Amino acid sequence: MKHRTFVWFILPSLAAMTLFIALPIVSVFIQSLFVGHEQVLVVSKSCGPFGCQESTAIDLEATEKLREEAPLGRFNGLGTYINRSHLAFAEIGVAWAETETFSEFWKVVGDLPFYRALAFTLVYTAIVTPVVILLGLAIALGVNALPKLLKGPSIFVSLLPFLVTPLVGSLILFWMVDGDGVIGATIQLIFNDPNLSLKASAALTWTMLIVYGIWHTLPFSFITFYAGLQTVPDDILEAAKVDGASKWERTLHVVVPHLMPLVSFVTLMLLMDNFRVFEPIVSFSAEAHARSLSWIIYNDLRESGNPLYGSAGATSMLTIIGVVILLAPVLIRTWRDFNRKAH
Amino acid sequence: MNIRHLGWAGAISVLMATTAYADGHATCGPEGQSIRILASDFPAIHAVVDAAEAACASSAAEFTRNHTTEARQIMNAALTPDPAEYTSVIVANSTLTQLMNDGLVRPLNDLVDKYGQNIPDNLKIDIDGNVMAIAFMANSQHLFSRTDILEQAGVSDVPATYDEMIAAAKAIREAGIMEYPIVMNMKTGWNVGESFNLVFLAHGGQFFKPGTAEPMVNSEAGVAALNTLKALVEYAHPDHLTQASNETQALWEAGEAALGIMWGSRGAAVLDDEGSTEEVTSNTVLSAAPSVEPGGVPGATLWWDGFTISTNVSDAEAEATFAALASALTPEMVAANNDDAVWLLEGFKPGAAAAGVSATAQGGAAPYPMLPQIGLLHNALGAELSDFLQGNESAEKALADVEAAYVTAAKEAGFLQ
Repeated sequence: MKHRTFVWFILPSLAAMTLFIALPIVSVFIQSLFVGHEQVLVVSKSCGPFGCQESTAIDLEATEKLREEAPLGRFNGLGTYINRSHLAFAEIGVAWAETETFSEFWKVVGDLPFYRALAFTLVYTAIVTPVVILLGLAIALGVNALPKLLKGPSIFVSLLPFLVTPLVGSLILFWMVDGDGVIGATIQLIFNDPNLSLKASAALTWTMLIVYGIWHTLPFSFITFYAGLQTVPDDILEAAKVDGASKWERTLHVVVPHLMPLVSFVTLMLLMDNFRVFEPIVSFSAEAHARSLSWIIYNDLRESGNPLYGSAGATSMLTIIGVVILLAPVLIRTWRDFNRKAH
Repeated sequence: MNIRHLGWAGAISVLMATTAYADGHATCGPEGQSIRILASDFPAIHAVVDAAEAACASSAAEFTRNHTTEARQIMNAALTPDPAEYTSVIVANSTLTQLMNDGLVRPLNDLVDKYGQNIPDNLKIDIDGNVMAIAFMANSQHLFSRTDILEQAGVSDVPATYDEMIAAAKAIREAGIMEYPIVMNMKTGWNVGESFNLVFLAHGGQFFKPGTAEPMVNSEAGVAALNTLKALVEYAHPDHLTQASNETQALWEAGEAALGIMWGSRGAAVLDDEGSTEEVTSNTVLSAAPSVEPGGVPGATLWWDGFTISTNVSDAEAEATFAALASALTPEMVAANNDDAVWLLEGFKPGAAAAGVSATAQGGAAPYPMLPQIGLLHNALGAELSDFLQGNESAEKALADVEAAYVTAAKEAGFLQ
């Protein structure tokens, strides 16, 4: 393709990517470097149905003046990134100096909001991603081996979890695992402990969220692998059969290598998806035990009344960096494969 | 008697006052204006807006309303553009500060002069001489008790202090009636923060050093409050960190709890004949929130709901909106919706559902603080206290975490340097 043609060819997608991906990220990054104006407080007297009280209020005129002078706020550089709500360098330094054993040190670090969320996010990603890939592959192989008549219905059933909106799906599961719900009550019956609660223990809550995550994303990997299985060349399978390879050996040495590019693709998608796990935490009311990076962003923007844009921006940038680090090995591998094929 | 008692005494006397409103014809302000109201979604608010619509929609060019539980989340964004999306937002103590922080609501003094002859002074939310909102109903948390179960467990009186409440819960458990007799709104986030506030205020705690935004929750009162809270939730269902008003009300109506600290606004819903059994409703008694010492400050925050007028709308629209909403605050509206709220308006006949809020207010409970930085502290409490309640860290550590989280956020928001 000529360079000129190539430029015209990719121009629309390049423009769309700049507009919808690059610019928002740049904007978020710029906002994360600023913090709010100094709030000029005045002591005031407020009266209402419950009597009068000394109180403080914001001096709007003075604050407005500051706002006009610098609409973005005060420049804070990377200050927001290293404060206690994010990388917490100062707190970690103190913890390192003051604790004696590693376990004490990690306890302090694990109590800091960012690292606590990072821990859950990483564990969730590290478990859900491989399990979903392996199970998805297994189900795809299973369905592919079914008689034609059963294939359609079983594909449909396997896809169901994907059709349910995450928020609704996790709410339904949340009610089911309640002590009065069908799953919760059954588990209580099995362990003969009427006070067993899946929502009250951190370990069980994490398990519940991970199981939900697997249930919800499994159809994506299943349907992708199933589609890939339709492209496995029959003649190679025949040849392997003639050579005396067992079904297991054929799967391992012919089918799986054929699907490898798809495995890379599914891994990429799942890593990105799982790293920004969010909905189940809200639906399961699991904030007491599990918080994710996305949950911190949501909390900064929503729960404090007047949103903390700088803080939310910094967490977003750190999340993006986290995704890039996680994806790097897969991307490098894909790049090498690509180069090998090109030469 | 402190100033709060005096204030409430004033409110009550106005409640009981019999001066009649001027004749019933509504004055609707300038004609042909657009009235657009944003409000929460519960029956009492609907009643007020319904009355305003019935009285003044015909003289307005447009009367629209948006009742949503998300009102708090969208109001600042909706009122920032000029002209604003809504001419009025119906707010509560905490949400008024959120709007005032950005200067999005206007002083109402001139409108009160023109249309508010019938609005008693104590309903004018007055900040340094500027009336910023008109309150019309009150709310607070208080105690719900099941007298039949207390009796069965050998407890003769409804608990008045936290110690009595814990002792009663213990008696109920030991009598084998219920393993978890207490319900409280402890859901991680806003609710657990608010539950802390209640007990903290009962212990005489102060949130900030007066006149500044420096936090003071890591104090003796803070530690005492957390220990009380911990002692209470020993008797609450293990899932309590996931339970908010809807869940606690459901547990109560299902007869699975005997002592509850819940919102007064749930009182009517609990006592009505829907969603529960005769056994539960006929034995549920609403009383003041418990205090630390007998006769002490009840562990509750007093709330009011009231209406505001946007800054970024034309004066004519502001006037029409104010007149319409002011015209809704009539004894007839109150009479027709008596049990939907604890009305601060003339004509209100406090029934069983209002007993808890009235007793709590008369006991001298504190109003929810109207401070610009309170939202940040409340959020820090909501996020950091669950570790303590799960037994993972000490009360001091949890409160130190709260202060550290608050200071970080307050620096970013510009309240602290």
